[in-house]
Amino acid sequence: MIYLDNNATTKIDERVLEEMLPYLKEDYANPSSMYDFAKKPAAAIREARVKVRDFLGAENEKDIYFTSCGSESANTAIKGVLNCNREKRHIITTKVEHPAVLNTYKEFENNGYEVDYIGVNSQGELDIDELKSRLRKDTALVSIMYANNETGVIYPVEEIAEYIKSKSPETRFFVDAVQAAGKIPINVKDTKIDLLGISGHKFHAPKGVGVLYAKPDVRFTPLINGGHQERGLRAGTENVPYIVGIGKAAELAMDALSYELKEVKRLRDRLEEGILKNVFNARLNTGVKDRVPNTSNIGFEYVEGELILLHLSDIGVCASSGSACTSGSLEPSHVLRAMGIPFTALHGSIRFSLSRFTTEKDIDFVIEKLPGIMDKLTSISPFQDELEVLRKRKG
Amino acid sequence: MWEYSEKVLDHYRNPRNVGKIDDADLIGEAGSLACGDSLKLYIKLDGKVIKDAKFQTFGCGSAVASSSILTEMIIGKTIDEAAKITNKDIADELDGLPQEKMHCSVMGHEALEDAIKKYYGEDVIAMEEGLNPSGEKIICTCFNVTENQIWEAIKVNGLKTVDEVTNYTKAGGACGRCRGVIKDMLETYYKKAEQTAELTPTQKILKISKVIDQQISPQLQKDGGDVELVDVDGNKVKVKLTGMCSGCKNASMTLKNFVETILKDKVDSKLEVEQV
Repeated sequence: MIYLDNNATTKIDERVLEEMLPYLKEDYANPSSMYDFAKKPAAAIREARVKVRDFLGAENEKDIYFTSCGSESANTAIKGVLNCNREKRHIITTKVEHPAVLNTYKEFENNGYEVDYIGVNSQGELDIDELKSRLRKDTALVSIMYANNETGVIYPVEEIAEYIKSKSPETRFFVDAVQAAGKIPINVKDTKIDLLGISGHKFHAPKGVGVLYAKPDVRFTPLINGGHQERGLRAGTENVPYIVGIGKAAELAMDALSYELKEVKRLRDRLEEGILKNVFNARLNTGVKDRVPNTSNIGFEYVEGELILLHLSDIGVCASSGSACTSGSLEPSHVLRAMGIPFTALHGSIRFSLSRFTTEKDIDFVIEKLPGIMDKLTSISPFQDELEVLRKRKG
Repeated sequence: MWEYSEKVLDHYRNPRNVGKIDDADLIGEAGSLACGDSLKLYIKLDGKVIKDAKFQTFGCGSAVASSSILTEMIIGKTIDEAAKITNKDIADELDGLPQEKMHCSVMGHEALEDAIKKYYGEDVIAMEEGLNPSGEKIICTCFNVTENQIWEAIKVNGLKTVDEVTNYTKAGGACGRCRGVIKDMLETYYKKAEQTAELTPTQKILKISKVIDQQISPQLQKDGGDVELVDVDGNKVKVKLTGMCSGCKNASMTLKNFVETILKDKVDSKLEVEQV
């Protein structure tokens, strides 16, 4: 199997699993307990918190809160901050956020909040001028993702943070960094970002654990009330093995960053070039330089995405599609639509996302097999004349 | 991941009858590129028998499978036999489709219907199916789904919720603005079914009489005519046109298009009106 869907989820690194196992077996104590048996898990959580602190470049490990997933981190940040600042009822976000974020704002919109959704250009880059022009005195929260999950485009969150704080110091700034963590360096202490969320399973930790970073002066209410865990801001007995897992994964990801930036990027570029060269109806949906190194989004014109994925799956290749048909929602990707991708390619857009486990052999296999698949699939398409034009253009 | 049947897998992997028939007698089309799926169905006839059929589809695995199996289903059948195929038949032939994918079978059926319409001419089909010209109203503008397509999907597949209608027809799946209308349609459909089931013969007569007095007569009176209820025999409503209506050369049209349509709508869709 060739797994090129690492923006959906990643394989657990063996070394992460090894670290976790004792806490799933013998060291099962509740870290809040008073006896010696609880010392090891309590220490393991402290250690994990330090590792995540370093991974995010935070000043203090106290600013790290463990959660159950990226969605919980985002919900805690958004709802928690808005709860603490009820007079301000204006929010700025983007049209291309993850549904975990977008749907949360839809709810606030329904409850009387005013939400501005900033658009992107055809390359998926954020309209920074529009964003700046929307900032108001009563803007409670600005929320921008670090990198887009479908296109990989990186948004200049550090610059945006500077701008927000210079114009409206009380406005809070939340960054959904789920798709950035492990792919590009994050260094919150050098920025004016107030809150930032990540998810473990996107960088080789298991599913079911995430992190919210919040600057010490940022007040927010808990999403889950109960015990004193996570300084009273996220109740529930700590998920020790998974917290240990995300700690280890963070440590490994830091070590692997230079490999991601160089080698994973080289393989991604190789895949992109190969497909664009060999497949006559392929178009790169965005080729901007500021992209996370592992992601490529390619549109195949006049062919539907689910059909491509099924045929890729038949030869053991896993990728994903912004096509309506794969989600059951009937609506093609909101990200690609915001970019204005022509509908000839919109329904046939495929996202390939690599990881440090992707090999050159994997990439070459896809480049070799894809032209044959696409010849077969285009032969079924009713748009033969249009396809003929593309074929000729490609020479 | 969808749970596709073995047959769906087989048909998207090895679609049958792919391509174009250059001298096709009938071409049926459904869907569009913008909507995310579209189908062209080519039919070659030998008299009334479908001698060959081919297809070209832009769509997901189940759309290709639905198109492919449809060609197999219609080859060898007469046009009249093919006209009886419903979207449910297509899905059944594939050993079922996931709920969210039922609209693929509907697209196959629409292309077939489009081709057959061209054989008979639109009007014949419209009359046979009892379609009202105003029924061609588009309900879902995102996916171009007409009112009739929704009625048909509700009827054939026994749909009960808006989500089900969306799964089968795509209507309401994009901007969602028509979801309210679809909900009303479902309520209307089931209210009607309920009412019809409950009416006793006496209740039916009383209701017909009331509709005639309150909704039909006043309209005809505006043109100087009127209508009288003479008898109700099962589902046959016998009426007498009076005033300007009696002897009017458009009387039979008035009867069918106006009196009968209203009675069908308000009382029972099985009613037939005849003049005595």
